Amino acid sequence: MSVDTSKVATSNTSAATAKQPTRIGKITQWSDERLGLAAMGKKNLRKIFPDHWSFMLGEIALWSFVVLLITGVFLTLWFKPSMADVTYQGSYPNLRGIEMSQAYASSLDISFDVRGGLLLRQMHHWAAMLFIAAMMIHLLRVFFTGAHRKPRELNWVIGSLLLILGTLEGFTGYSLPDDLLSGTGVRAADGFIQAIPIVGTYIGFFLFGGEFPGDSIIPRLYTIHVLLIPGLLLALIAAHMLLLVYHKHTQWPGPGRKETNVVGYPMLPVYAAKAGGFFFITFGVTAVMGAVLSLNPVWKFGPYDPTKVTAGSQPDWYMGWPDGALRIMPGWESHFWGHTWSWNIFVPVILMPTLSWILLTILPFLEAWITGDKREHHLLQRPRNAPTRTAFMVSLMTWYAMFWLAGGNDLIAIKLHSSINNITYALRVLVFVGPAIAFFITRRWCIALQRHDNETLLHGYETGVIMRSPEGGYSEKHLAINEAKAYAITVRDRGPEGAGEDDGPTAKGKTTLRDRLRTLYYADDVQKPTVEELEEAHHHAEHEAHALAGIEGHAADGHQFDGHHLVEDENLRGDHQH
Amino acid sequence: MSDSHELEHSIEAHTDELLPDPGLPEHHWRPTDVDPRAERRAERQVATFFGLSVLCTVLFVVFYVTLRTGINGQKIIGLGASNVALGLTLGGAFLFIGIGVIQWARKLMADVELVEERHPASSSAEDRSATLAALQAGLEESGIARRPLIRNTLIGSVGLLIAPAVVMLRDLGPLPGDKLKHTVWTKNMRVVRDVVGTPIRPSDLEIGDLVNAEPEIIFGTSDGQPLPEGQVLEGADLQVAKAKAATVLLRMDPADIVSDVTRNWSIDGIVAYSKICTHVGCPISLNERTTHHLLCPCHQSTFDLADSGKVIFGPAGRHLPQLPIGVDSEGYIVALSDYPEPVGPSFWERDTKSPSEIADEWSKENGQ
Repeated sequence: MSVDTSKVATSNTSAATAKQPTRIGKITQWSDERLGLAAMGKKNLRKIFPDHWSFMLGEIALWSFVVLLITGVFLTLWFKPSMADVTYQGSYPNLRGIEMSQAYASSLDISFDVRGGLLLRQMHHWAAMLFIAAMMIHLLRVFFTGAHRKPRELNWVIGSLLLILGTLEGFTGYSLPDDLLSGTGVRAADGFIQAIPIVGTYIGFFLFGGEFPGDSIIPRLYTIHVLLIPGLLLALIAAHMLLLVYHKHTQWPGPGRKETNVVGYPMLPVYAAKAGGFFFITFGVTAVMGAVLSLNPVWKFGPYDPTKVTAGSQPDWYMGWPDGALRIMPGWESHFWGHTWSWNIFVPVILMPTLSWILLTILPFLEAWITGDKREHHLLQRPRNAPTRTAFMVSLMTWYAMFWLAGGNDLIAIKLHSSINNITYALRVLVFVGPAIAFFITRRWCIALQRHDNETLLHGYETGVIMRSPEGGYSEKHLAINEAKAYAITVRDRGPEGAGEDDGPTAKGKTTLRDRLRTLYYADDVQKPTVEELEEAHHHAEHEAHALAGIEGHAADGHQFDGHHLVEDENLRGDHQH
Repeated sequence: MSDSHELEHSIEAHTDELLPDPGLPEHHWRPTDVDPRAERRAERQVATFFGLSVLCTVLFVVFYVTLRTGINGQKIIGLGASNVALGLTLGGAFLFIGIGVIQWARKLMADVELVEERHPASSSAEDRSATLAALQAGLEESGIARRPLIRNTLIGSVGLLIAPAVVMLRDLGPLPGDKLKHTVWTKNMRVVRDVVGTPIRPSDLEIGDLVNAEPEIIFGTSDGQPLPEGQVLEGADLQVAKAKAATVLLRMDPADIVSDVTRNWSIDGIVAYSKICTHVGCPISLNERTTHHLLCPCHQSTFDLADSGKVIFGPAGRHLPQLPIGVDSEGYIVALSDYPEPVGPSFWERDTKSPSEIADEWSKENGQ
C-alpha cells in the first residue's frame, strides 16, 4: 500500500527517509522491547477510516463525554454532596440567611464565588445534553443506513446500554444541586418507585434511607453519578470503540468501495488529526455555549422545600417523553384486598420505557429474524432501500415525539391559548395514530424514491432542456447520469431472495408468523432493474441521442453545467482562455 | 494457507452488480500539493490559528485575574462578564487549535484515499477448531464433566456469594412499616400558616382565600407555647414531616359544597386538604377561585375541593385526602385527627377506599 507522496507537503519528505536511528526510532525500540507494541502498531497506525459527514455524529457523543469527565472532575472539587442544614452566607444576596442543604449552598458557591465555576457548571450541563442528543442521532444514522446488521449487532446493544446509562447519568446529575426544580424531580422519582407493585415501597425506603426526602438521597445519587455510572460508561465506550476498530468502519458503496474493502484515509496522520482536532472543536463549542447560553440557573429556583413547587416544572429534555406519557395517561388505579396498583404511574414511567428500551435493543436481531439475512454487511444502505425498516424507525420517532410534546402540554396550552384538556385528549389519540400515519407516509415515500432511482438509472436525469421536433412535438432531453453515480445506485440487494439463507415458507409447508412478517417487510419494494431492462434502456437512449444529435452543441449548450458533470476543464465561452 | 481456505474464510460479496465497478476515481492534486505559494499560505494559516489559541489562553488568565464573579461583577450583554469572558476565551483557545489541526490535515497531509482489505469478523476455520480443541482439552483435564459433585457445589457456593452483597444492602434504610400511613397531624393540633407559623381563625379567611398551612409542630410550638427540647422536629425528620403534612385551607361558600363528607369536615365553608398530589407527590398549588378546583403544576391533575377532592382531570387515580377540622377554645382552626387515610402518591400496601367509607370508619373511631 504505497502512496504517491511525491508532491505532498514537500516539507514532510525529509523526515521519513533518514537512515540513522531517529529519535522516534529509538523511542519505538525502547518501548517495543518492553511492551511489544510494534506488532499492534503495524496493523493499526495506518488503519483506514472511510470519510462521510454522518460518521462524525458518534464522535460528538464521544468527545462530549470527555468534556463531561474533565468539567465533572473540576466540579467535584467544590461540590459538597450533603443534605446537612446550613445557613447560606455566600455572595448571592437574595438567598443570604436562608436555610438550605449544603449541596445547594455549594452549588451557589460554584455559581457565584468560584471564578469560572458557573462556566464549568454550564459546560457540564450543556455537554450532558449534547452527549445524549448525539447518541440518539448517531443511533438513528446507524439504523437508517443498516449499519446495525451483522456483524455489528452486539455493538448496537452496547450503544443501547450507553443510551440508557447516559440518561440515568443525566437524571442523577441534574438532581444533585438540590434546588426546588431538581428536588421536585426527585419527589416524582420517589412516586415512580413506590408505584412498582409489591417491592416499590421497600425499594423507596432503602434508596432514600427512609421516607422522602430524608438526608441520604443526594450523597447516594452523587456516588452513582461520579463513580458507578461513569465507570460503566467508560468501560462500555471502550468496548464500543474496540469493536469499531475490529469490525472496521462501514462505508457507502461507490466506485472501488466494496463489501470486501474499506477505502479512506489512514489513522495516522489524517484521521488522528481530524478526529483529534474535532475534540478541540467540541470542547470549544461547549465552552462558548457555557459562556453565552444560560442553563439551569439554580439560584432562581431557591432551595428545595417539599411543600413548594413552581409552575411549568419540567425535567431535562431527554426525560421529557416518559414525563409526557405520565401526563396523558388516564388515571387508572386498581384497588383490591387492601392494596393499590397505580397503572397511571407504572405503565407510563416503568413499563413503557422498559419495553421501549428492550425493543430498541433487540431491533437488529428482530430484523435479521424477519429477513432471514445471515450475511455480513459492510456497505451502508440508503434509507429508501429498506422502506419498512426506515418507516418503522420514523414511526418510533413519532411515538417518541408525541410523548415528548405531551411533556410540555401545559406550555403548549399557554402559548397557543388553548385548553390543556383538549391538548391532552388529542395527544392520547396522536401517540397511537401519529406513528401509524408516519409509518405509511415514510414507507410510500421510500418506495417513490426507489422508483425515482430506477427512473434516473434507466432514462437518465431531466436536463431541463426542452426540444421541439420538426413535427412540432415537445420533449425534455434526458441525459445519462455519470458512471460512478449509476454504479453506486445499483449496488443493493434484490429483494428477499437476495437476503440469504431462506428457511421460510416452503421449508415447513405452512405459513408462519415469520413468513407473513417477511412478506410484509418486502411488500411493494421496488427492485433495481434487471440486466435486460438496463440494456433495453441503453438502446433506447442511444436511439434518442442519435435523433437529437443534430442540435447537440447549439441552443442547448451549457447543460454540462447542470451539476451532474465535472466541469473543471470546461469554459462557458470557448474563446475566453486565461 | 491454501486457496480453498481463503475462499471459505472471506466475506460473502452478495450484491449482484448490475454495472461494472468503474474503480476508484483518479486522485487530483490540491493547489497546496503543486503550488509552493499555496502550501506556504496554508502553513501560515495553520500557525496563525495556533497563535490565536495562545492569545485566547493568555486572555483567559488575564480575565480570570481581573474580572469579578457573582451578582456584583461586571456585565456584558446582560450576562456576567467573568463567565462570558472566561467561556469565550476558553472556547477560542480550544476552537482555534481544532480548526488549525483540521486545516493542516485537509491542506497539507496526504489526501490520497487508500484501500484496505476487510476480513470476516469470524476467525478462520482452523483457528476456530483449534480453540474448540483447546477448550475441550481444558475441560477434559479439569474433569468438570465427570465430577458433577465438584461442579455443582462450586456453582452453588459461588452463586450464594450474592447473599452477602444483598444482605449488606438491608441497612440502606428502615422498613416501611406503617410510616407512610400517618402524618404528624394529631387531634387538636393547630393549623398554622406555612411560612410564619401563626395560627388561623375562621374569620381570617374571606370566601375564595387559599392558605398554605402546616401543623403547628413543624414550628416547634404547641398552642403557641414552645415545645420541650426533645419534641422539636429537626433535620431530616422535619423535612419528612413537612413533606407529608403540607395542607391547603380554602374558604368557599358553604352552599357550594357538594359532598356530605366535605361538609361534615369543614367549618363555615373552610375545607382542609392534603397539599401532596395523589399522583406522584408534587405539592398542588394552583387554585381556580371560581370553581374550587386545585391543579397540580407537575402533571395537571385537577381535584374538586367541593366534592371530597374528587379527580376531575389528569393522571391522578385517587381523590385528595381531606383533613377534618374544627375550632379550639381560643377560636383557632385545629385538626380533629390525623388524615383519615394515607396522603401522597400510591404505594402497594395502601388500602384505598372511597371518601364515604373513610368517613364512616372515621366517625366510628372518633365517636361522632
